[in-house]
Amino acid sequence: MRWREIFGRTIIALLCASANGAQAQSLYGIGRPATAAEIAGWNIDIGRDGSNLPKGSGSVSHGREVFAQQCASCHGDKGEGGIGDRLVGGQGTIGTAKPIRTVGSYWPYAPTLFDYIRRAMPQNAPQSLSDDDVYAVSAYVLNLNGLVGADATLDAKSLAEIKMPNRDKFVGDARPDVK
Amino acid sequence: MSSTIESRDKSARATRRRFLQGGGAVAGVVLGAGASTAAETENLPPNIPDWMKAPGDPMGSQPYGAPSPFEKGVVKNVSKTLKQYISASGRTPLQELDGIITPNGLFYERHHGGVPTIDPAQHRLMLHGLVERPLIFTVDDIRRFPSESRIHFLECSGNPGYTKPYGKTASDLVGLLSCAEWTGVSLKLVLQEAGLKPEAKWIIAEGADAAALTRSIPIEKCLEDAMLVYSQNGERLRPQQGYPLRLLLPGFEGNMNVKWLRRLHATAEPAYSREETSKYTDLLPDGTAREFSFYMEAKSIITRPSGGQHLSGPGFHEITGIAWSGHGKIRRVEVSVDDGKSWQDARLQEPVLTRALTRFRLPWQWDGKPAVIQSRAIDETGYVQPTFAELLAIRGENYFYHNNAIWPWRIASGGEVTNALA
Repeated sequence: MRWREIFGRTIIALLCASANGAQAQSLYGIGRPATAAEIAGWNIDIGRDGSNLPKGSGSVSHGREVFAQQCASCHGDKGEGGIGDRLVGGQGTIGTAKPIRTVGSYWPYAPTLFDYIRRAMPQNAPQSLSDDDVYAVSAYVLNLNGLVGADATLDAKSLAEIKMPNRDKFVGDARPDVK
Repeated sequence: MSSTIESRDKSARATRRRFLQGGGAVAGVVLGAGASTAAETENLPPNIPDWMKAPGDPMGSQPYGAPSPFEKGVVKNVSKTLKQYISASGRTPLQELDGIITPNGLFYERHHGGVPTIDPAQHRLMLHGLVERPLIFTVDDIRRFPSESRIHFLECSGNPGYTKPYGKTASDLVGLLSCAEWTGVSLKLVLQEAGLKPEAKWIIAEGADAAALTRSIPIEKCLEDAMLVYSQNGERLRPQQGYPLRLLLPGFEGNMNVKWLRRLHATAEPAYSREETSKYTDLLPDGTAREFSFYMEAKSIITRPSGGQHLSGPGFHEITGIAWSGHGKIRRVEVSVDDGKSWQDARLQEPVLTRALTRFRLPWQWDGKPAVIQSRAIDETGYVQPTFAELLAIRGENYFYHNNAIWPWRIASGGEVTNALA
């Protein structure tokens, strides 16, 4: 009984100590440290500013070839859509009654295009494309949308520098908007 | 009254009416006209039914168990016209269920790269970024933390859309909704274990599916009531629900409750990933779009009587349905049986839990005349569920997500129930 009281108080003290933020020493000692190599292997998140984009590059012309082989069966030869989403066009439609949401018309940041293609595409074999191929496909899709020239080659820096047309159109959640 | 059959001819209706009189409505629907005739004559009073004259199935014939074969129509509602099935959804048959808990086999599904088969012994959760101690956990590690169980609903934010909310049944309309008792560990505890740095304002969660789906969650939610979940309604998660580990964010749109959770990345900024820019954003008529709109607002629907069902005739009927709010508890549900002219309070079935389905009931004497019935939920913040017209007036029909409108049902003089807005 006495032991349980002391033990209980200790636990409460520990919980209080860590309540101010989670910087305190670990309470339970569960889990093991993740190494830098392990984190680098799994952390494929790319910031909207292009942070964490990998080395490498890809041209629009190479992207056209990869797209034809890997993407066109779902997205159409020119990204016009099919089983998969339409990727091209729609610019100028977003504020109309019939908006067409594509990479070119709706996506606010270009680096997230690389992020999504690398992590999830092609749908039947995600994470199978090389980083160079992902840059190339990103470049081709952006070229189809008129956002880079046909002779463009994209890498971490140039991809991050592209200003997407719809970038400034996203706003916060204003709900409750109906009362 | 509880039928999955949406249309039927007069002879089937007549058969069913006979059956209702015999008290075997469900069996009548499943068996159909031919089989039911024999059952009626041989197994109804004063005769002794066949199933009392011989032993039933022995113990162990179903080591896991399955519903009665007469309930085989109560299944997930999967559209037959999906473009593809790898990134698709299946709905809970809300109109067939009672209470507030969704059986695991009928829990709604939405996945973006198919359902992975994950060996829990090989699964890992990595927690890194703005933390003092980046950590890797096994599933057994997660189960060592102090556990908790809570009942919460989960709902897809596109439940339903705005352009064609013309489903016939309650499931067609808002079947991307389910509720379960979840068991796991408070995410706050796990974050404390790693030592969250003050600059960490968001946690990016990633799934171990073929979509490697990511969503960014504000740190306030992570420290409030988020859970890492491994069990649902007492058993381990089903693969469709994220086995062996998922995130649960009570009251937040379903897509953020990342399944097959493998990574938590503490960051200063959200990811602005594909899901949270090109997909789960709400487009307004002026061309702006709301981003990071997480909460599911108060909502309700009458599930009985509801679309596709049939009132057997004038007289007593209980109106019942479900209400829920991502902002907390349901305070009140009002029901109208006169097309919105007047409203009366429904009785709320206990327990009334925060961010959980709440069952409501109202006794009703139907006079046999055409009627329009509907429900509206009021949550503990005082928010009142709006009409579809009120939502459309502000959001337009391209808003796509977070449609929490009132859904009225029309009852014809013959008892047939249909979507009053279709």
